[in-house]
Amino acid sequence: MTITEKILAGASGRQTVSAGDVVFAKVDKVMMHDVSGPGVIKVFSEWEKKGLKLERIWNPDKVWVTEDHFVPAADRVSAENVITLSNFTKKYGIKRHFKYGLGQYGICHTLSHEEAMVLPGEVYVGGDSHTNTTGAMGAFAAGLGHTDVAYVLMNGQIWFKVPETMLFKIEGNKPDHIMAKDIILKIIGDIGTDGANYKAMQFAGSVVKKLSMEERLTLTNMTTEAGAKNGIIEPDETTYAYLRERTDAQYSPVHGDEGAQYSEVFTYEIDKLEPTVAKPFSPGNISVARELQSTELDKAYIGSCTGAKLEDLRAAAKILKGKKVKIRTEVLPAAQSIYMKAMKEGLISIFMEAGAVVGPPTCGACCGAHMGILGKGEVCISTTNRNFPGRMGHVESQTYLASPVVVAASAVTGKITDPRDVRN
Amino acid sequence: MNKIIRGKVHKYDRNNIDTDVIIPGPYLKIHDHKELAKHAMEGIDPKFPEKVSQGDFLVAGSNFGCGSSREHAPIALSQTGIRAILAPTFARIFYRNAVDGGYLLPIEIDESTVKKISDKDELEIDLAQNKITNLTRGEQYSMKPFPELIAKIVEAGGLMKYKPGS
Ligand code: SF4
Repeated sequence: MTITEKILAGASGRQTVSAGDVVFAKVDKVMMHDVSGPGVIKVFSEWEKKGLKLERIWNPDKVWVTEDHFVPAADRVSAENVITLSNFTKKYGIKRHFKYGLGQYGICHTLSHEEAMVLPGEVYVGGDSHTNTTGAMGAFAAGLGHTDVAYVLMNGQIWFKVPETMLFKIEGNKPDHIMAKDIILKIIGDIGTDGANYKAMQFAGSVVKKLSMEERLTLTNMTTEAGAKNGIIEPDETTYAYLRERTDAQYSPVHGDEGAQYSEVFTYEIDKLEPTVAKPFSPGNISVARELQSTELDKAYIGSCTGAKLEDLRAAAKILKGKKVKIRTEVLPAAQSIYMKAMKEGLISIFMEAGAVVGPPTCGACCGAHMGILGKGEVCISTTNRNFPGRMGHVESQTYLASPVVVAASAVTGKITDPRDVRN
Repeated sequence: MNKIIRGKVHKYDRNNIDTDVIIPGPYLKIHDHKELAKHAMEGIDPKFPEKVSQGDFLVAGSNFGCGSSREHAPIALSQTGIRAILAPTFARIFYRNAVDGGYLLPIEIDESTVKKISDKDELEIDLAQNKITNLTRGEQYSMKPFPELIAKIVEAGGLMKYKPGS
């Protein structure tokens, strides 16, 4: 069995499972945020009208909650949603509620690793499609809708169709200007935005072995853009070391078997991979950055669960150090703890001296909700993960997706730029 | 559940109709179902909610509902009156949400069947026989049967009403 199959077999109390089996699996952790949380609460209130009252939830210690999409409260409705969520967590005894303006808070998929909320071998579900991200910790991590999350909150389990696993082996020597973002964009470009529908995308190979935890998380984050059910990486010393710094919780790592069956195996030699950009309006619509160098931009965005982790900020700062940005540039660290680390390392001064604005952690602009949405006709280059029409603002705005170094280099020139083409 | 359903087709012949198009981001903070319906498919056809009558069908290309996990998407569509969506494939979270919430029937049909069905056609879908009759054109098509567990959840009217093992 693959690691995904083994985790699902364990969680559903079976010796073995095969791709295609439908199982009811026990859940170890569940997450909801300020969009899905009120949605889940609405499901409960609809059920209550039909005589099904939620007396208590299955296990408040396994539930955690974030405020990220519409904080700082974008308007009255958002403010009310946060109140609804707070009342719920208080009422049902959910202690791990990361609140805006009260110490650590940030984007859900960032807190999931920063706060070691999810451990190797676990089944983790969340009310957000990029829940896949946390599979990089060696867990089965998948996004669910409101009804499913509500069901998990009541019962501690949910059904899954065991996915087939596609294995991506990343080999060769990674050039310095290449980041995990380039690798995953290249893969999505090759297999398409429905190329992994219903399947697991597992990453392995010598390059992945050497990637840091944060870079691995970029790979799994964008498995969602290929339609995958989950993204996963087998845990190793990098995973354990990352966790040791953050938790003393015990866990039981799971590894795939020697003879595990993969539906497809892809091998990528990345020595010659070029900095890659996804053009509007699909993450699969890729091009090499240098081929797009005449594209004029209005804004550079360094933010989101995909591209505002500490190492993303470090990489961008390395390019921006001592330079000035030519277009509106917004940097939003993905969590308060990352913001603080970036500050202590001097990264925030680098961004501000370059002319960028640095904002509080929020999903805001990534999903076109608030805090800097694009106007009609505006063109943005962004470290985020989606560029559907209207994703970051007006339906006639455009978003190019790229790595933090490509975005930083483009901020300096005002056009899409390969990081090798800005001199240090 | 009624095993035979009838309705008019609203066809949007493109692949990858995503959740940002079905219900754009700014409306995610809305949790009132009726209000959401007013913005269903706003990214493609702002007139959509006015065109739909109770029990109608939406026919579209493959990978319908890709993008975010927002349950707002099947809710908004179902609140306009849409009963089933017919497409070659669905994005997995959209599919789960549609079935588990008991909002909509996600019905998988062949690409060639999508081509044969036109906007405004009247269809009759027999869920017990997995058969689709195009009343306008006098044609019959097949649909992919629901997997066993999904069929039970559909039958129960959503995951909440389904008891595991039943
Ligand atoms: S940062 Fe963007 S992709 Fe990540 S959770 Fe927030 S809205 Fe979703």
